[in-house]
Amino acid sequence: MMRRALLGTAAALALAAPAFAQDFTITNATVATGDGSEPVENATVVVRDGRVVAAGTGVSAPAGAEVIDGTGKWVTPGIFSAVTDLGLSDVDGVSESNDEAAGNSPFSAALDASRALNPNSQDVLVARADGITRASVYSRPSASIFGGQGAVIDLGADPEMVTRTRAFQVVDLGETGARISGGSRTSAHALLRNALREAQQYGDRAAIGAATARPSETRFGDDVPLDPRLDGRDGERAGDVLLTRFDAAALVPVVRGEQPLYVVAERAADIREVLKLKRDFPRLDLILLGASEGWLAADAIAAAGVPVIADPLDDLPTGFDQLAATQSNIGRMRDAGVTVAIGRMSGGTGEQPRNARQYAGNLVALTRLPGATGLTWGEALATITSIPAQIAGFGGRLGTLASGATADLVIWDGDPLEVGSAAEAVFIDGIRQPTDNHQTRLRERYRDLDESDLPKAYDW
Amino acid sequence: MLVRSLATFGCAIALGACSTMGGGDASRSAASSPSSASAADGPYASTYERFPGRPTALVGATVYDGAGQRFDNATVLFRDGEVVEVGQGLATDGYDVIDGTGKFVTPGVIDIHSHLGDYPTPSVQAHSDGNEATSPTTPEVWAEHSVWPQDPGFSRALANGGVTALQILPGSANLTGGRSVTLKNVASRTVQGMKFPGAPYGMKMACGENPKRVYGGRGRMPSTRMGNFAVNRQMWLDAKAYAAGNRSRRDLAKETLAGVLDGDILIHNHCYRADEMALVMDMAKEMGYKVTAFHHAVEAYKIGDLLRENDVCSAVWADWYGFKMESYDGIPENASLLWKAGACVVIHSDDENGIQRLNQEAAKAQAAGRRMGLDIPDAEVIGWITLNPARAMGIDAMTGSLEPGKMADVVLWNGDPLSVYSRPEKVWIDGALLYDALDRKRRPVSDFELGQPGEGDVK
Repeated sequence: MMRRALLGTAAALALAAPAFAQDFTITNATVATGDGSEPVENATVVVRDGRVVAAGTGVSAPAGAEVIDGTGKWVTPGIFSAVTDLGLSDVDGVSESNDEAAGNSPFSAALDASRALNPNSQDVLVARADGITRASVYSRPSASIFGGQGAVIDLGADPEMVTRTRAFQVVDLGETGARISGGSRTSAHALLRNALREAQQYGDRAAIGAATARPSETRFGDDVPLDPRLDGRDGERAGDVLLTRFDAAALVPVVRGEQPLYVVAERAADIREVLKLKRDFPRLDLILLGASEGWLAADAIAAAGVPVIADPLDDLPTGFDQLAATQSNIGRMRDAGVTVAIGRMSGGTGEQPRNARQYAGNLVALTRLPGATGLTWGEALATITSIPAQIAGFGGRLGTLASGATADLVIWDGDPLEVGSAAEAVFIDGIRQPTDNHQTRLRERYRDLDESDLPKAYDW
Repeated sequence: MLVRSLATFGCAIALGACSTMGGGDASRSAASSPSSASAADGPYASTYERFPGRPTALVGATVYDGAGQRFDNATVLFRDGEVVEVGQGLATDGYDVIDGTGKFVTPGVIDIHSHLGDYPTPSVQAHSDGNEATSPTTPEVWAEHSVWPQDPGFSRALANGGVTALQILPGSANLTGGRSVTLKNVASRTVQGMKFPGAPYGMKMACGENPKRVYGGRGRMPSTRMGNFAVNRQMWLDAKAYAAGNRSRRDLAKETLAGVLDGDILIHNHCYRADEMALVMDMAKEMGYKVTAFHHAVEAYKIGDLLRENDVCSAVWADWYGFKMESYDGIPENASLLWKAGACVVIHSDDENGIQRLNQEAAKAQAAGRRMGLDIPDAEVIGWITLNPARAMGIDAMTGSLEPGKMADVVLWNGDPLSVYSRPEKVWIDGALLYDALDRKRRPVSDFELGQPGEGDVK
């Protein structure tokens, strides 16, 4: 009965296609705020002007706003998919449609993922229907150890996906980076250090002042100032440079610590080398990607204050750089005091972004296995909501139901970390989102196989 | 009621399969046949023998028997490697009693589509042994000759997935990839020590993009889907001539194909698109063989009626889609819609990670159906990862359900296996306890992992 009412609302809203935030209150739901705390039953969530006003028990519904009965439902922040490919391809295996890596590009660090985003990609639509509301996306290192500049995006049904462009830079210092760079980790490190030196010198000569370099805490959007040389002026530099001026300019905010540097590394030894970068480049804002052997270097990672975006369930020695991979990795790093998010889920196979919920649930399952280290339910939800948002630079504003946070939230038909549960209503910026896509249309067409009147092609 | 009628239908499938497949019967003896359709005879024969086990009674658990039945607060008895009885209030004299209160029991999970051993980890080039991608038809190769028994993936499938048997297939670069091998998920120094005694061989075939891409990219046939069919049809015509003629002259490729034509070797056909599956079923009729199962059948839901009529199983993922053109129409309701059409459903992995969570994949597929109004009982869903794959692999007379006399391949789960929060607590294969979450030494550690960081870790 409840479900019918909700679906009815959804259909009406989808038809109306609202481009504005609604004021509404969800009552009697099981609510988890995403901050690591456990879910609370019989709670209320109040949304006004696209922001969360309050979430919890003892919250009263303001008069006049729409009330959604959440009895039997769960409410959480929208899922934040950290370091994914959403919007960068239509079909992974169809190279014409795929902008996930620029394998033949003459540029590297200057590549800007925000230029290639397609909000109509079915991957985006499918992820949105499953409650993914924000993501950080990047171009995978391919021709160079640098992947380029990643973006923070929303998955809302509107033309503008970008929440923050040039939000981070990506470099691979693992096995892949070593092969790309010339066949050895030695080369990858030399390339990176040379690039950062060049950027440092280039930045010293930059026309932009330091005062403008720090993004405003409250601004969304294009926060990292644009080096004027990205416009094509002032291309002169001293000899002995490897980077194009675009690439060098793109790395200026990295070496200044104004733009985070996401570093791919799995092996414990590789992780320790990454942490040492801070000795030579103390302003680097490092974030580790992968870190399958992070548990072997967890104390060092914690001491360095470097957050990790981890592959959640790796437990096989896929390469010699992750011989010690275990599903307990994230729990052990958490125990050591490391800030850990789940990430790098992409494509359409087992690690497709919508399965992040399932993977987080698996981390909870570990708490019931002797010898394994898992996460509490609240912690597991945080790895796919507040923590990735915080790492992306949006702590307290995205991935949480804290007062004042952007109203990205999902009403689920049950425990969102359980494999049988699904999103019933998805809000981004307080706007109820359509959840139809290629898959739902196929499902409706093939509910039955009856073609007694007309071919299936007429069933739409 | 619904359960019963479906279960009956399932039996019809099983009978149909058995009558055409034949090989599931352990009494079969073809030692003199060069096609050596069973792992129990012929060259490279299985040397597997069950390990010692204790007579065991699992008491008080919820039991899914794999054949569509659920027993609450039940007792599962097994001894001497075999299931003795499942029911309520059974006497446990002479058995070691394990309290299963709050826990669940299922048959061992079976993966019909795995590349463990032939694409083992570490996934380095030196380990790439799954595709003999030097000719579009290689029925002469046998996957067992590529299987590395020390692949650490076997242990993860056992401990995290409760997998007790699995079919290792050649890859899909070739139209005809070669023979598969069915293994017990038991650590062994040799692949012969893992081979499932009495299991029939399978043969891998592949439709669509992969073969035409691999060979078309080299400027040779096939470079199109029509080329795929032409090469396959000619292969079958040549095989029929061989099969009808003098078989005493050894020809490895033709022996395998003749085994298929004889009904002794089961066809496992990688095929995504509905239209291609329909064409393959017609090719099978034209050439006189049977397709046992389509694997990766992401569009099977479009032709559930055809698949039912042709008595072909569909081995599918729960939700994979869109990673290549021919998977673009994958939907999470695929398995449930097949079930609705009365067709045979198997959930498979094709993945060293996914094989650790087939129970969760089945649950996702079930839930997608539930949301569109298809209420599929949990006990039947467990059959998607136990008895149904066993049938399609021709081993259902021996394993896949907890019926008396079958192999005691048993998983004790610490909760509902269709929940993300549950894991295997104990796994028995032929009544031998080969994994125990409560005993850190009762887990296999491959040679490769000895002396490495994380040796014997929980993983």
